[in-house]
Amino acid sequence: MTEADIRKLVVAELGNVAPETDAAMIDPDADLREALDIDSLDFLNFLEAVHKKTGVNVPEPDYEKLLTLNRAVSYLLARVAPKSAGS
Amino acid sequence: MYEFRMPSLGADMEAGTLVEWLKHPGDRVARGDIVAVVETDKGAIEIEIFVAGTMGKQVVALGAKVPVGTTLALIEGVAEERRPPAPRAAAAPRAFEAPAVPPSAVAAPAPGLRVSPAARKLARERGIDLATIKGSGPDGSIVLHDVERVGGAPARRGLDLNRMRQAIAAAMARSKREIPHYYLATDIDMSKALDWLQTTNAGRTPGNRLLPAVLTLKAVAHAARKYPAFNGTFDPASGFTAASGVHIGVAIAVRGGGLASPAVHDCDQQSLDDLMGRLRDLVARTREGRLRSSEMSDATLTVSSLGERGVETLYGIIYPPQVAIVGFGRVASRPVAVDGQVVVRNVMSATLAGDHRVTDGHLGSLFLREIDARLQEPDKL
Repeated sequence: MTEADIRKLVVAELGNVAPETDAAMIDPDADLREALDIDSLDFLNFLEAVHKKTGVNVPEPDYEKLLTLNRAVSYLLARVAPKSAGS
Repeated sequence: MYEFRMPSLGADMEAGTLVEWLKHPGDRVARGDIVAVVETDKGAIEIEIFVAGTMGKQVVALGAKVPVGTTLALIEGVAEERRPPAPRAAAAPRAFEAPAVPPSAVAAPAPGLRVSPAARKLARERGIDLATIKGSGPDGSIVLHDVERVGGAPARRGLDLNRMRQAIAAAMARSKREIPHYYLATDIDMSKALDWLQTTNAGRTPGNRLLPAVLTLKAVAHAARKYPAFNGTFDPASGFTAASGVHIGVAIAVRGGGLASPAVHDCDQQSLDDLMGRLRDLVARTREGRLRSSEMSDATLTVSSLGERGVETLYGIIYPPQVAIVGFGRVASRPVAVDGQVVVRNVMSATLAGDHRVTDGHLGSLFLREIDARLQEPDKL
């Protein structure tokens, strides 16, 4: 998966937990919980969907590393198919 | 013969609009089956039945708005001893009691209303009252095209946030008018509960993890078992009735500004994993406007949690006819004194709004302390 693929996936899954918002339009460095008004259950649903789609199982202590759109994309990029990501 | 009636789905409900029959004359019905869908201020509610038998004559036609307690259909072949008490029709406002209007008259344009399944589905999705549509199909039946022509807002199914706000306001105004509230607050050290949760969740994938809300819910359920005076309903005529089950209404925020508090049945009997599953399901269905009648009417006590983005303390307003509401604030790191030393702990405020007609502060504080005690032993929840 490329960075663009992951960004698309993250935006789509955030859209599923916050249907009336457009995650593509938010500040990519803003706190997702504030920007999209999502609670801990929404965030858990988001992580469950990410896990299903990418295989990346984000442990609880890492939650804070995904709290903005940009950070979530970087975090996942580093863990999805590390070879193709060139890291 | 059992009369299946328009249920009361909360203290503030006066009437509901029948929008769909899911069982038809001749169909077998079992206890717990969803037999109809009713549109209320809180969205489209799936109405369950609590007897087993066969669907007989359906008295009220689709699209008709009828008061709480109105017979909707007759159920045949119901064993006498299995009959549950009739819904609390007495809760219906006086305006509906005075004129002895038969249901068929209330549902004026309804008799003979024929609607194709597709038309019914679209009308429900768009919140269109079928009784207002003139059918162009055979014998004047309403077909899909008729509903499409009417249009209507493509709003989320069954959820009208303005009406929901009015319903909340009505229930809360009644509560503040009738219930002499008292308020208590305490701080609960959540360190042990959160440590236990972290250890438990470490080996799990996101779909199987637990949230702190499940621990607090279970702790309240245990405390309600021990102090039944907080778990039940109050009727001005008959006083307080303790509930046999612990059905906790969970306050759920609806995106865009709305609130519902559907019940999680038998909270004290369920494992934490089961409760988590129920909570996820309930939140999803609340936001879609797809709750069941028993969830709307059965709560015996309410819990409201602000979650991780909330503020420190929440003071709830009791949802009538219940007699207590527990409020949990955000868990925050705070300095606290332990054994003469100041240490930093994860602390959560817990409040209780109680009904002075039933309990007072002494018992209330025992109840809150029991919740605290339960949260200090998370492995036993």
